[in-house]
Amino acid sequence: MPKSASFEVEYIQYLDEKAKPANDLPDFADDKDTMVGLYRSMQFVRTFDARAVAMQRTGKMRTYPSSLGQEAVGAAAGSCLTARDVLCPYYRGTATMLAHGIKPHEILLYWGGDERGSDYKDPMAREDFPIAVPIATQMLHAAGVATAIKIRKQTGRAVLTEIGEGGTSEGEFYEAINAAGAWDLGVVFLINNNQWAISVPSEAQTACETYAQKGIAAGIPSIQVDGNDPIAVKDVTGKALERARNGKGATLIEAVTYRLSDHTTADDATRYHDPKKHQQAQKKEPVARLGKYLMMRDWVKEKDLEALAADCKTEVEREVKIYLDYVENKPQPPGAMFDYLYANLPEKTLPQREEAIRRGTR
Amino acid sequence: MAAITLIEAVTLALGHEMAADKDVVLLGEDIGKNGGVFRATDGLQARFGEDRVMDTPLAEAMIAGISVGMAAQGIKAIPEMQFMGFMFPAFNQIVTAAARMRNRTRGRISLPMVVRMPYGGGIHAPEHHSESTEALLAHIPGLRVVIPSNPSRAYGLLLAAIRDPDPVIFLEPKRVYRIVKHDVEDNGEAYPLDTCFVDRDGTDITLLSWGAMMHETLIAADQLAKDGISCEVIDVATVCPLDMATIIESVEKTGRCVIVQEAPRAGGIGSEIAAELSEKALLSLIAPIGRVAGYDTVMPYAGMEKQYMPSVERITDEVKKAMQFS
Repeated sequence: MPKSASFEVEYIQYLDEKAKPANDLPDFADDKDTMVGLYRSMQFVRTFDARAVAMQRTGKMRTYPSSLGQEAVGAAAGSCLTARDVLCPYYRGTATMLAHGIKPHEILLYWGGDERGSDYKDPMAREDFPIAVPIATQMLHAAGVATAIKIRKQTGRAVLTEIGEGGTSEGEFYEAINAAGAWDLGVVFLINNNQWAISVPSEAQTACETYAQKGIAAGIPSIQVDGNDPIAVKDVTGKALERARNGKGATLIEAVTYRLSDHTTADDATRYHDPKKHQQAQKKEPVARLGKYLMMRDWVKEKDLEALAADCKTEVEREVKIYLDYVENKPQPPGAMFDYLYANLPEKTLPQREEAIRRGTR
Repeated sequence: MAAITLIEAVTLALGHEMAADKDVVLLGEDIGKNGGVFRATDGLQARFGEDRVMDTPLAEAMIAGISVGMAAQGIKAIPEMQFMGFMFPAFNQIVTAAARMRNRTRGRISLPMVVRMPYGGGIHAPEHHSESTEALLAHIPGLRVVIPSNPSRAYGLLLAAIRDPDPVIFLEPKRVYRIVKHDVEDNGEAYPLDTCFVDRDGTDITLLSWGAMMHETLIAADQLAKDGISCEVIDVATVCPLDMATIIESVEKTGRCVIVQEAPRAGGIGSEIAAELSEKALLSLIAPIGRVAGYDTVMPYAGMEKQYMPSVERITDEVKKAMQFS
């Protein structure tokens, strides 16, 4: 029987679970500063998440989604972005957002219930989208930004967007990858397959053997990587973004990782987690894996990693202070809920604004 | 200056703004070579190229979501929903992204986009092609909802919608796409987006309507004039935000008000206007506010849509009821 078409999905891994490197490492993996920097980004997210969760437990933070166990995906992918690229993050995209200049205290403000958290001040992040909470909507925004880039014939700019594996069941995910294929858009779709969509396990979400293969139906290059191997994620994402910047179209990447935390602070994963699976996943986690690699290369010692962790803690505390200063001393005035609704607030709404201001913050 | 139809006025306004501003980009299903199923974009792709009049894959959420992404980059995206009945896949993007992006980024990202949709019944179309769900959109803070009732207004309001820095839903009453012609000068003059139009001055009663029902409302006003009833007729046009100042001023003068809408009666724009009037003009009213509306039913198929649509007779009956109060 003749075949109309056939496909395969590549799996990329450079550092195995025991941090044993492959023979053909990409060049950047031999660069101490790059690799130690990557480790620091991952350690920072871990520290930051732990602090945010702790603040939630003491009433200083609202619902917060931790990235515990999947720090490598965002940190490595985000490290490939330039100031000209645009990021359309999903709600567990903390690591990627931080890598693109979004400030830790901005992320805390957002999850703390303050809209100012999405008014990113860093020039690198000024065009980045705010976190998308409705699942998969950000896929289309990314395709739209890439459409604008294409229409304006801009080169050297790409768009990165992230989604969980559960989000790939949404129609808008398919509509976005389809359009990106049909129109050759310079966008990279990164699926963060952390095995859980709240309580629904990855294997119950689809009959596909991989999430990467969903991109094949959209006609775009699609690849699977070990999401706990930052070298693999950085290599694959970097190449995909470079293709996008050069007008060569979209790529879909599935990064396979594991969510070691609850879905959010409002969730209790012990209700559905299989403890054995959880323990196995723990052994593959990315921060320790990269730490082993750095030590194996003789770039750092155990105590250097400890110093680096302490340094992250200091920086997190500094950002927490900025956040708490907003919360305690600089609340938004009630008129703010009207002030950004339209460029020109309809006259009909003015009395409501006046009432909100008159009633004040009581 | 030529006499043109409402749909031709839409094309004229789009062409005017595309020539004036290279950031104006149209996208939608069949809008390219085909010029749209109603021909709203007729000739525009030939004039401005495939990058500015983009035929899209058949996916409404995609059309809206990609427009959001384009608009965030400063492109004035004008997506077309082929029919309002097919906007629901796009509704998620309109509500969760388009309407609130400026607010949720504290002004960092604004979305200059206009979602065009033909709407309303009366053309004997298949199922899902005839609804009037403007109230669903007008309920969403962050959107503007604009409905022209004639060619001049289609031109002036569409220009205003394109130039507005925020998302505007532009609903085109397809039943009257081709029934009236106006002399429309292609002078680039936009109308305000928050001001209604007083089409007839009158003293006995205020008639409020918008979109295609303006035509029945004006016919009813003419018939009632023969019976000695003087109707003030207002085309509400910008159903969000409502120009309540003009409406209240009129009702304070006439003391009576009948609202005419094609959409179902419950929870409609008419309900909002009536509530506003009861709060702000109650003591000027000498008769209860009347509403002539579509029934609270699923829009019937073509075979029975005539019985659903508010008729001139239903309007004159409601006005005569109000005139019994003095």
